[in-house]
Amino acid sequence: MKRAQRSDLFGQAMTWLCGGALAFNLLLVIGIMGLLAWYGLGYFWQKDLVQLRMKDGTRVLGEVWEIEQVVESPGQPALDRMRLKIANRDVGGLDFAWINAVDVASRSLPADAVLLERLEWGNFHGTMEELRDGDKVLARGPGPVWKALHELHAKKAKQREQVEDLEKGEIGDVNYAIEKLRLDRRALDFEELPAAEKARRGAALDRELAEREAAYQQLADRLFQLREKLDQGTLVMRSVDGQTKEMPVAMVVRAIRPNAMNAFEKTGLYLSRGWEFIAADPRESNTEGGIFPAIFGTVMMVFIMSFAVAPLGVLAALYLREYARQGLLVRMVRIAVNNLAGVPSIVFGMFGLGFFVYLIGGSIDRLFYPESLPTPTFGTGGILWASLTLALLTVPVVIVAAEEGLAAVPRIVREGSLALGATKFETIWRVVIPAAAPGILTGMILAMARAAGEVAPLMIVGMVKLAPSLPIDGRAPFVHFERKFMHLGFHIFDVGFQSPNVEATTPLVFATALLLIVVVTVMNIVAILLRNHLRRKYAGSAV
Amino acid sequence: MTQTTDPALDPGIKDPILEVESLSLWYGEKQALREISLKIPEKKITAFIGPSGCGKSTLLRCINRLNDLIDNVRIDGDIKFQGGSIFDPRIEINALRKRIGMVFQKSNPFPKSIYENVAYGPRLQGINRKRDLDDIVEKSLRGAALWDEVKDRLDDSALGMSGGQQQRLCIARAIAVEPEVILLDEPCSALDPIATARIEELMQDLKTQYTQVIVTHNMQQASRVSDYTAFLYLGELIEYGATEKIFINPMKKQTEDYITGRFG
Repeated sequence: MKRAQRSDLFGQAMTWLCGGALAFNLLLVIGIMGLLAWYGLGYFWQKDLVQLRMKDGTRVLGEVWEIEQVVESPGQPALDRMRLKIANRDVGGLDFAWINAVDVASRSLPADAVLLERLEWGNFHGTMEELRDGDKVLARGPGPVWKALHELHAKKAKQREQVEDLEKGEIGDVNYAIEKLRLDRRALDFEELPAAEKARRGAALDRELAEREAAYQQLADRLFQLREKLDQGTLVMRSVDGQTKEMPVAMVVRAIRPNAMNAFEKTGLYLSRGWEFIAADPRESNTEGGIFPAIFGTVMMVFIMSFAVAPLGVLAALYLREYARQGLLVRMVRIAVNNLAGVPSIVFGMFGLGFFVYLIGGSIDRLFYPESLPTPTFGTGGILWASLTLALLTVPVVIVAAEEGLAAVPRIVREGSLALGATKFETIWRVVIPAAAPGILTGMILAMARAAGEVAPLMIVGMVKLAPSLPIDGRAPFVHFERKFMHLGFHIFDVGFQSPNVEATTPLVFATALLLIVVVTVMNIVAILLRNHLRRKYAGSAV
Repeated sequence: MTQTTDPALDPGIKDPILEVESLSLWYGEKQALREISLKIPEKKITAFIGPSGCGKSTLLRCINRLNDLIDNVRIDGDIKFQGGSIFDPRIEINALRKRIGMVFQKSNPFPKSIYENVAYGPRLQGINRKRDLDDIVEKSLRGAALWDEVKDRLDDSALGMSGGQQQRLCIARAIAVEPEVILLDEPCSALDPIATARIEELMQDLKTQYTQVIVTHNMQQASRVSDYTAFLYLGELIEYGATEKIFINPMKKQTEDYITGRFG
């Protein structure tokens, strides 16, 4: 009796222990997400612009990012010290300043203090002084300039859009065509043709090339004119320490008066900045603007990886489980596959570099792109090689999961198919694989999650800090497997630790990390929904 | 052993569809069947009875060569199907299995819809036209007395059906490929009495078209449904004859002991 009681007590303790461990894990997950959200999402919320008058008479204008307590020397009371984002990098050189609270004489929130987000040089804090169009003064003084700016700014935004369209659209097309013609011209030299024929084709290509180059010249002239027009319109700002700064209106992304905004307007601004973060291209070596190319690169890489790893893993698992004689050799292969999952990812990166990039990519270049050598096409890192490297990295996960899924299909179901006259292959194809599909998809989900978070091997095989164009665009052949790409994981590393302005970008790093988790979660949810759909379809199936 | 002269082993069947000739089978070192010879009559129901481990399922699985899939199996002797050996290397095993269907102890519908389960065999034979398949599915489900219960939910998963329905679906699936012989390996062992009764009724209906061989360890079932009964014990055929004779007036002491429940 006593014994029984004691073991019951032990059982209860174990239950609590297990539950506690689960609760702790959940807490960790929530903690991570919460922390990322706290640091990351606050970034887009506009703080007040505080003007401080110091005891020595100087003034500063900025956003308070942080207040900490410092003890200057032992025994003295702790002093408040705040970190102020003062911006105006082009005037003062530094984005941030530490201010001791004791030095502050007074603080105020001037309603006409303006924050400018700019294409270059970061933000500007100050007051508006003058607005000019060419030599004509449009407005003078904070109030009138603020009123007049919006119209001009909207016009400039439209003009900037035109410039960008021209650059990316027509000029991009012409450049692409010229590059292709140039390569065709070079390829002609490699071809074995009668001299007359060669000369004829060469002349035709040269003619076309000349036409395109003329077209390019025209476009370039148009671009120059547009740019000149764009640069007209000057905004003169005065910083709080009295310096004035002239800048083209076209450089201003956003002009706001934080202290005059109500919560409503701030919410709108918050959403607009959040959207810009997700949908726009990065600026200023990734420290500003959005991270759309990184999101795109990550998702596309995971997609290609999935398409590569699914057949590879499933076929290998099929052979191991269904066809191979279960003996010592198969057991050893299985152990090797499991160990493969534990190989450091950077080793896979090196393998990818040596095998995919140098060997396969190099061969492809020699065979199919001799005209562009020595500039490599596939013989350098690119999204295809990166995806395939990750496919190798994750294939053990898929093999193990697929094997388990296959093993869980009961023997009697296979026999049922064979007894109807199906061959072994028909049985596997029509009965076993569908029944094992949910298990296989579970493996795919794990593989995708691992691949999306992997950074180290990608740095060697095609991931870059800034990719000039997406791997998919509107120019034939539309999908460019050889292009380099951006990736959220690397973006975090780059912006957080390699950027020239680490202080300002730290919140961006948190926001990017949060977004990476969201992207991975979304991809997983899609895969899980697919799996559940399959499960429902084969209700009560093997896995 | 003298063949086919012992009246306890030969009920005098003329024109058998299947002839088992001194069949022995080893799983590795262990001998599971010893020199079994018997003739199975056409369009009758033949029952194999015997205690667990006597080899009755093994014998059944020899008939459609399902034992080939198990490693370390060695078979000696022969089985003739319509006069030709099923072990003839020229015979294609899949073609043989199409002609000798099977229903298993545990119902094993595929993780597909009811329709697709029945259409599975015909599809393997290359029948893909929707109209043809529809006809076969309906005919087979009617043949397995299942049509009225499932005609409105043919696209539902077969795994959502009751155990008895699943087993009848497996019968429908087997008859969809129009076999000549149906092997039933303890088809009712996992079913309740009502579902069992329905299967037994169905077997009687199918007798007009198919030869059926059933393995059962339920002696009442054997006596109810079968025309001929074979009693196996420890891998040997002890007695084989018309069911009434085996159950009312067995020739061997062992048979009588088993049937009256003195051992088994």
